[in-house]
Amino acid sequence: MSDAKLSLSTDAATHWWRSRTARRFMRHKLAVLGLAMISIMIFACVVGPYLLPYDQLFIDLRARFAPPLTGAHIFGTDPLGRDIAARLFNAGRISLLVGFFAMVLSTLIGTVIGVVAGYYGGRLGAALMRFVDAFLSFPSIFLLLALAAFVQPSPFMITVIIAITSWMEIARLVETEVRSLRERDFVLAARMLGLPNAWIMFREILPNAIGPIIVAATLTVARAILLEAYISFLGYGIQPPLPSWGNMLNGAQQYLDKAPWLAIVPGVAITLAVTSFNFIGDGLRDALDARSDLN
Amino acid sequence: MFAYLLNRLWQSLILLVLVSIIGFAILNLAPGGPLSQFALTPGMTREALDRIAHQMGLDRPLPIQYLDWVWRLLQGDWGKSYRDQRPVLDIISGHLFATLLLMVTSTVVSILIGTWIGIKGATKRYSLFDYTATVGAMVALSIPTFWFGLVAIYVFALKLKWLPAGNMYTIGDQSLYDYAIHLVMPSLVLALVNIAVWSRYMRTATLDVINQDFVRTARAKGLTARRVLMKHVVGNALLPMIALAGVQLPTILGGALVTETVFTWPGMGRLFLDSLGYHDYPVVMGLLMFSAILVLLGSLMADLLVALVDPRIRLG
Repeated sequence: MSDAKLSLSTDAATHWWRSRTARRFMRHKLAVLGLAMISIMIFACVVGPYLLPYDQLFIDLRARFAPPLTGAHIFGTDPLGRDIAARLFNAGRISLLVGFFAMVLSTLIGTVIGVVAGYYGGRLGAALMRFVDAFLSFPSIFLLLALAAFVQPSPFMITVIIAITSWMEIARLVETEVRSLRERDFVLAARMLGLPNAWIMFREILPNAIGPIIVAATLTVARAILLEAYISFLGYGIQPPLPSWGNMLNGAQQYLDKAPWLAIVPGVAITLAVTSFNFIGDGLRDALDARSDLN
Repeated sequence: MFAYLLNRLWQSLILLVLVSIIGFAILNLAPGGPLSQFALTPGMTREALDRIAHQMGLDRPLPIQYLDWVWRLLQGDWGKSYRDQRPVLDIISGHLFATLLLMVTSTVVSILIGTWIGIKGATKRYSLFDYTATVGAMVALSIPTFWFGLVAIYVFALKLKWLPAGNMYTIGDQSLYDYAIHLVMPSLVLALVNIAVWSRYMRTATLDVINQDFVRTARAKGLTARRVLMKHVVGNALLPMIALAGVQLPTILGGALVTETVFTWPGMGRLFLDSLGYHDYPVVMGLLMFSAILVLLGSLMADLLVALVDPRIRLG
């Protein structure tokens, strides 16, 4: 039996892109589109700043409010004459990194709380889940802004407070999964072997719940990018001169008539990034859910 | 029914206690805690701060302070605004109407449009309409509300000049028509995300119902397709929607905050941001607690409504 298992796992390791999950994901056209879009955006944000003739902080007061495609300013310039393309790519690095690390942190918090609540159940589990419900009762933007006003608005702290306000859905999902897996035979077997609880929770049960967690984590990246945009737009997120997609929109409203591209360019970037992650999450849900084969 | 009601009320009460603990923790997280207002005053000394802390009872153990704070909340004493010394609860209730008007209008619009899209998508499954609605909903969920608001202002207020760009009314006009025309854009912008959510859920709920036996029976009885759909399918599919309305409340309230900012709508969201800007923590904390209580009441009402409509829940 161990031989069969071994050969299976090596097979999956060498040909992961030919696995059933990968094939099903590639059949999901929107997910592939999302993956392509986000790859292009990440590539542009990494490479873009080196290729552009302007630095993101270079101020040219003679070239203020230049509309897109003026000379080398492909997306135009802002009220200080800074190149929007240069700022957009640098902002993308910040916004995408904040989104990614907020996802990592909130998935970690949510998974640990969900696993503990689901595995132990009883009073501890109920207490933890009521705590999750209580957190969900606050509109997350209110909670996020209240916290943002109290902390030093560095990218690190912004990432932390976004994670603090977005771990609850993952905790709920993991708790449900773990609770349904808890009574399964392999868990009973592990208990009879006398394995420690922590081992059973994280090495035996958790790997079986990894599919829904991956889906939820992907959707959490989308949500975190949106939340960063919201609070930076309102002035409590990433602080200038450090650009983020959200704070590029911060002053855009007052120049809406004169320079609409100030609002349009970063907004399209946010929408594309968030849409991509939502598409990918949707594709992963179909690919990882064995039941979707029946439909 | 009575046992269910009691159980549900008890759950809400526990949640309320937990919410207040989280709120109190955030309050004490503020730099300098509740003393921050005085710490900024020029010429403030350590001794004077300690004296004020003693007067405000801030040198007592935290659990005592918490109970004191909750007791005052229960008595309606939510503190005074740092800005103009008015009671927090008065200020909040002064902004409540504008927010409720926006939320109710936008929710009604989004339920009407969302359920229509959902039902049509479910009955014409895998059609072009269904596919467009599915993709459209996912894109709508990805658009930042405030940015959608900016685009709407640019198109409909600045370019086409059909609608006002912001505010709740024109000073000096304030007719019903004036209120209505100011309400159109913010409520539609706020509705966008909710239309997406409602249409997805309604599609799933309709698909769940449409294949059940009682629908087949209704068809077999010879009822028209329209009558089967409206009376048997939609009636039953709408049931989970009531509970969803309760779950969606925090999202709608959060969306209202952002929408109000873009459209300078004089509601709770605007008040929240203004108060943050002035470091007016009593009002910020008041709004945080108030919105959580509003959400708890909303979901309680939604659950009770479901129990009233659906006997399986109150009897089971």
